[in-house]
Amino acid sequence: MADAATDTNTPYAIRTYSPQRLKDALHKMFLIRKFEEGAEDSYTRGLIHGTMHLSIGQEASAVGSCMSLSDEDKITSTHRGHGHCVAKDADLGKMFAEFFGKETGYCKGRGGSMHIADPSKGNLGANGIVGGGLPIAVGAALSAKRLGTGAVTVCFFGDGANNEGAFHESLNMAAVWKLPVVFVCENNRYGMSTSTARSTAVKQIAERAAAYSMPGVTVDGNDFSAVTEAVDAAVARARRGEGPSLVENMTYRWRGHSKSDRNRYRTKEEIAEWMERDPIVAMSKLLVDHKILTEAEVGALEEDAARVIREAIDFAAASPDPKIEEATRDVYTEGAAA
Amino acid sequence: MNAQTRTEMRELSYAEAIREAMDIALASDDRVILMGEDIGVYGGAFQVTGDLVEKYGTDRVMDTPISELGGAGVAVGAALTGLKPIFEFQFSDFAALAMEQIVNQAAKVRYMLGGSVSVPLVMRFPAGSGTGAAAQHSQSIEAWLGHVPGLKVVQPSTPEDVKGMLLAALEDPDPVMIFEHKILYKMKGHVPEGHYTTPIGKAAIRRAGKDLTIVATSLMVHKALAAAETLGPEGIDVEVIDLRTIRPMDRETVLASVRKTGRLICVYEGVKTLGVGAEISAMVAESDAFDFLDAPIVRLGGAECPIPYNPELEKAVVPQVPDILDAARNLAKGRI
Repeated sequence: MADAATDTNTPYAIRTYSPQRLKDALHKMFLIRKFEEGAEDSYTRGLIHGTMHLSIGQEASAVGSCMSLSDEDKITSTHRGHGHCVAKDADLGKMFAEFFGKETGYCKGRGGSMHIADPSKGNLGANGIVGGGLPIAVGAALSAKRLGTGAVTVCFFGDGANNEGAFHESLNMAAVWKLPVVFVCENNRYGMSTSTARSTAVKQIAERAAAYSMPGVTVDGNDFSAVTEAVDAAVARARRGEGPSLVENMTYRWRGHSKSDRNRYRTKEEIAEWMERDPIVAMSKLLVDHKILTEAEVGALEEDAARVIREAIDFAAASPDPKIEEATRDVYTEGAAA
Repeated sequence: MNAQTRTEMRELSYAEAIREAMDIALASDDRVILMGEDIGVYGGAFQVTGDLVEKYGTDRVMDTPISELGGAGVAVGAALTGLKPIFEFQFSDFAALAMEQIVNQAAKVRYMLGGSVSVPLVMRFPAGSGTGAAAQHSQSIEAWLGHVPGLKVVQPSTPEDVKGMLLAALEDPDPVMIFEHKILYKMKGHVPEGHYTTPIGKAAIRRAGKDLTIVATSLMVHKALAAAETLGPEGIDVEVIDLRTIRPMDRETVLASVRKTGRLICVYEGVKTLGVGAEISAMVAESDAFDFLDAPIVRLGGAECPIPYNPELEKAVVPQVPDILDAARNLAKGRI
């Protein structure tokens, strides 16, 4: 039998990462799935108000894109950002507490689903504005280059953002200044209800990279190993000082855009077809096939993720609400002229 | 003449004072960078950055592409991650292209993230009319940004203040927006040497008086002072307050003056309706100072139109010294 570490028929992720890292990655994918399901369930039970954007079906893209990042490396995220937070090692209890609007949440209940961030882990935050995080990611990369930290920024954005001016301005500046940033497009085929076929002049968003003289690749975003291989190469390139790249992860959100979505723009058959391509099933199979996990161990990982999420929900439910009299706290830095 | 006297005598233009502040900041703090369109070898559209690029290089005095939204956002991201950018809009009007990053990101991110980050960002906006540049290069949009919690918005009116407020802005952990009237760039005035700060959020009494208070901003401070000189010999003793900061506004200085004089005129170049003067008026009306008013409050602001090109029209649509004189005389003589 060939050595898995050198056999190029062996998938990249198996060749590159230790069994423990791969188990952790699958565990995170389960955490994302259970987080989203827990959020949906909590919403149905009236524990969460407002809206939410679930990323069920996109777990391989979130986790795979962060495999070669450390806490020093930054990410910027999107309105569909829960998975990115988990991938960047967020505390699930603080995430759920934020979702529940509690003082113990990441944003002390001021931000909610669309603003969860954890600067201590390099997560500069989700963003409620489509394309809002793109120039911020370029700014973080500018800081890294100027301060010589060696950090790379991974900028997540959706297919919808590729038609924002901010996308084009950001890619251009990152290329002109040769900054250490990787633009990761999670192409789930629809910007709310409008398909990329109807909204976007190029067939693949990665084609846009050519306009900004950077490498652009499209990969199966539900294939953990393919995502990891593409993003790792782009991160390595950025770390070598060779500038930005664009990676397009083709994926699909199983749920609607948000709670208001009646799924009138896509067919049940299309949804069912993508559910057959479940990234977690594929990752589980990959690890079982390569004897990194047994079926039973996969089941145990899933159960453990479910336990973590139950505890996170319990923590959130038991946490205190913010005080009304502190509604205007943190608009400005305390002690500064104001 | 001793050294102290020479320092006191030193005069710089408003533009030179800004450049000196940026020079001091660049020299003393590696984290400070300048970003903007044509601020490098060109020296900036109004020659404010001048030759700083020669001293600090293109990595710290960065010409951006003509990408106001992206450029502003890069400055926000850089401020979030360890740098202290000073971002120059070529004209304040162009900030309209970048409102997303200014309003939705820079202003809100600290609050949205529960106070876990801050955005030590300075933005500079060449503002105002009087240059014949017409409707898209002459606006006074400070009230737009003054309406946004999370931002601080200042309008220094003198070379000394603009240097001190820019250096204060750099020490401030929150985003500070500096509106610089283009007509002021060539105005000369006393500027202390070296590092000093002028507090954000404090108005200045430029001329003490007992009969009438004029609260003015930016270039209008100088028009108000000119009017006050004419009114003095007529027996109308005007107090001129330079508001200097519109967010946060210095409530105490304004109210104390109104309690003393009992008459108030607000003079500002932005469109009169829903502008800075409306806020000043409301602040007085909602306070005990209202009881001291002997006459209605008067607002002199910009006309309800874009800034026109024709020079006579351009002058006519923003307050001028004769407008202030008329308003003050009418108010002092009880005709309002």
